[in-house]
Amino acid sequence: MRYLPLNSADRSDMMEVIGIEDIQTLFDCIPEDLKLDGPIADLPSHMSEMQVERHLGKMATKNRVASDGPFFIGGGAYKHHIPSSVDHIIQRSEFLTTYTPYQPEIAQGTLQTLFEFQTQVARLLNMDVANASMYDGSTAAAEAALMAARATRRKKIIISGGLHPHYIQTIKTACEAAGLTVLPLPVDLDDSKDIIAALDDEIAAVMMQTPNVFGAISDPAPVVEAAHAQKALFISVFTEVISFGLIKPPGDYGADIAVGEGQSIGNGLNFGGPYVGLFACTDKLKRQMPGRLCGETVDAEGKRGFVLTLSTREQHIRREKATSNICTNSGLCALAFTAHMSLLGQQGLSQMARLCHEKALELSEVLVPIKGVEIVTDTFFNEFAYKTHKPARDVIAALNEKGVLGGISGQRLWPDDEARSDLILTCATECNTADDIIAYAQALEEVLS
Amino acid sequence: MTLNSQGRPTAPANYSEASKPGYSEAGTTPILQSKGLLQGEGLIFEIGDVSESGVDFEKLRGRDLKLGDMARTSDIDLPGLSEPEAMRHYMRLSQRNYAIDLGLFPLGSCTMKHNPRANEKMARLSGFADIHPLQPQASIQGALELMEELADWLVKLTGMSAVALTPKAGAHGEFCGMLAIKAALKAKGELNKRNKVLVPESAHGTNPATAVACGFDVVEIAADDRGRVHLADLKATLTSDIANEIAGIMLTNPNTCGLFETDIVEIADLVHKAGGYFYCDGANFNAIMGQVKPGDLGIDAMHINLHKTFSTPHGGGGPGAGPVVLSEALAPFAPVPFLKREGDRLSLIEHEENTDAFGRMCVFHGQMGMYVRALSYMLAHGADGIKQASEDAVLNANYLLARLKDKMSPAFEGSVMHEVLLSDSSLEGTGIDTIDIAKGLIDEGYHPMTMYFPLVVSGAMLIEPTETESKAELDRFAEALLRVHDKAIGGGESAEELHHAPHFAPVKRLDETQAARKPVLKYNG
Repeated sequence: MRYLPLNSADRSDMMEVIGIEDIQTLFDCIPEDLKLDGPIADLPSHMSEMQVERHLGKMATKNRVASDGPFFIGGGAYKHHIPSSVDHIIQRSEFLTTYTPYQPEIAQGTLQTLFEFQTQVARLLNMDVANASMYDGSTAAAEAALMAARATRRKKIIISGGLHPHYIQTIKTACEAAGLTVLPLPVDLDDSKDIIAALDDEIAAVMMQTPNVFGAISDPAPVVEAAHAQKALFISVFTEVISFGLIKPPGDYGADIAVGEGQSIGNGLNFGGPYVGLFACTDKLKRQMPGRLCGETVDAEGKRGFVLTLSTREQHIRREKATSNICTNSGLCALAFTAHMSLLGQQGLSQMARLCHEKALELSEVLVPIKGVEIVTDTFFNEFAYKTHKPARDVIAALNEKGVLGGISGQRLWPDDEARSDLILTCATECNTADDIIAYAQALEEVLS
Repeated sequence: MTLNSQGRPTAPANYSEASKPGYSEAGTTPILQSKGLLQGEGLIFEIGDVSESGVDFEKLRGRDLKLGDMARTSDIDLPGLSEPEAMRHYMRLSQRNYAIDLGLFPLGSCTMKHNPRANEKMARLSGFADIHPLQPQASIQGALELMEELADWLVKLTGMSAVALTPKAGAHGEFCGMLAIKAALKAKGELNKRNKVLVPESAHGTNPATAVACGFDVVEIAADDRGRVHLADLKATLTSDIANEIAGIMLTNPNTCGLFETDIVEIADLVHKAGGYFYCDGANFNAIMGQVKPGDLGIDAMHINLHKTFSTPHGGGGPGAGPVVLSEALAPFAPVPFLKREGDRLSLIEHEENTDAFGRMCVFHGQMGMYVRALSYMLAHGADGIKQASEDAVLNANYLLARLKDKMSPAFEGSVMHEVLLSDSSLEGTGIDTIDIAKGLIDEGYHPMTMYFPLVVSGAMLIEPTETESKAELDRFAEALLRVHDKAIGGGESAEELHHAPHFAPVKRLDETQAARKPVLKYNG
């Protein structure tokens, strides 16, 4: 077996040192009648590397790959081009095959990259502090809601109907488990007024997504002001982090906590994971944060170094009093994020964001003239929503048949919401060529005619 | 004939301390100083420039923005690096990290085994890496097949009924399993009265934290002098007044002392009779995979850390994956999305309506990238290799125990499973603590073991070698650890040296107290 270095001579020598004659003696602690006496019969036996490649390769070829044709799906996961150097960097053994940096003297590589990551995230979102990453945007959002309840000692969370519905469900699952009440508002393109109306002095926090699930952008400032007037926190949620290369970041309108998905920078689609959750907040709230934090310090000679810090918030020290149960986070995805971000810099990020926006504008312009298409989002970054005169689910399926992955149907996200059954969410990025955009328009025209 | 043999020998002659050059003190940080192959390197904010970028894009058309009044006006203030600068930055930093590919990584309860590179290659196949979670399901049948096959392996390896794949790490899996228990209690109308979860004091910190995140109260149960759950104590609790307030137990098996819970079947029975459920923390499944099926032990839910047992890389702290296997009693409550097969077609059930699902763990379908790697590992090993792997893991741990036990202090008598637990009693009177031993190991070229955990043992040192270590590496490690231990009990200068260890790491011992007292969490230059 290629991954097991011991040979039978080693095993015999080692057993002699231990003083046993049969390895199975070491398993005598397992109840005799439950011990398996041979390899599990209904599982296959070992394969060569080539056999594994064939077996898995066959499954991989059955999937329609995003890069293989016109592709316009967003909705929380985005197709962007990632420089080859990023994947090379994260495959360095010293990063790939190391653990959480519990021994800082021999983990300065990981720790410095985390410190750089935290700084980049804080600056990008214009927030005071950021942590060393969460599992993904949705779980980061759930942790933000829990944190707001802790910080305000209140138990109700208002969630805008503009949040991705799977985010809402994730938040609801975590909040209700902890005994909080979640108040999701009806699905709407802009529900600022409804949120303001729902606010009172029992609300711990308001959660709003910008750009929202439809791609629409509106200024959250009035809601932030109303929330703060009730001493509630404002949690800004995002799924497309590239947008902050072009639109106002959460810190600009006074968000107390900013959480979202960082996948777009450095991380591929991967069918939904692993991704990297970004979590930032104001300085005032930093000791309430979940997850790992990396901090600067000095060594015994007074020289700069980095360590994991404020761990008295964490489960391995505080146990049942911890701010969260999180342990493993998304270290390597955070490294991919920070490496890609270091390559981009603000210049690259602004350009990339602008290109995404331009492609989305181009796409919207070629779809508008198609009979039966009505675009419902006025201002958007790289995603927008349109209605058609046919059920959206059928339109998406028909586009797929024509080799165009055209977006997400309303039914997929809101199965019981009749009002969304004719809605399609679509997205463009720098990866879309002019030909892709023309192909989309042609296919849609055929499907709708 | 080489240059060096032509009268230019590089062998150091008359080398002495006096002839040792001082390192340049020009840089204020060790990071900025170079020492041989260890190159100095600043933060990207010190070396990069905001006007630079290492990524080129097609030309912008310069269209008008359609952002309303939401265009960004504040500075982003992020430096960029050209590709060669970026490569050097990360290469230089990487050389300050210890890693499994450099040597044995004995962190107990973390299962730092070799990460096969074939798995990385498989996860990067575009058919897995470049597909979107919300593509039409007809266009991702191969991905769903992979998930189905992984689920099948997990179910067969554990002897359980079903698996919830989506949890993103061990603690997330615990959360999922405990929510399934909560949903089952709710369905029986017992949730209001059953609000207590039993957690042994040796448990991972995530267990009590998870129980609380699910709204339960934690009741701690004691360990006996064999390092296992104190059965009499547990019996007393389960027959006391609070018995009908018990929602369940969270038990790690093999436990964090590296021991199999020999009374586990009886514990499961007792908990079930009291009306509770049995959550097993599967962090240490590596020791028993292919030897016994957790389902046969009476377990109702158990998470499996794919990043431990099934070799997906730890990546400096994630990403992980924590699928949860469920008993028949809990299976109906598994969260969305879950897989459904109808004939040739696989589909994902993404909505709770018309199901008993307790909710949703995350936005999409969990850690696909980790599923591919884990399945690649399983296929490579097969049922036979998996059995061999757990045997070798346990053999390696016991071999280390045999090499260490005469000089150091095993916490409990007898053989162990996959990890060796030592206490600090052999250090008594030396003035040397567990942390000094750990830091001393760094100077010997090794990553230290888990320190001060589990909490039930004084100055705990928990060593897990895994099955992917050769006998030679185990010998080398044992000798290194014993050398450090000899220094500790030898007293005098060599012991004093340990207080200041590590001496040969890229930085000296770091001040964690200052870091916590005045947190600097980002670059402020």
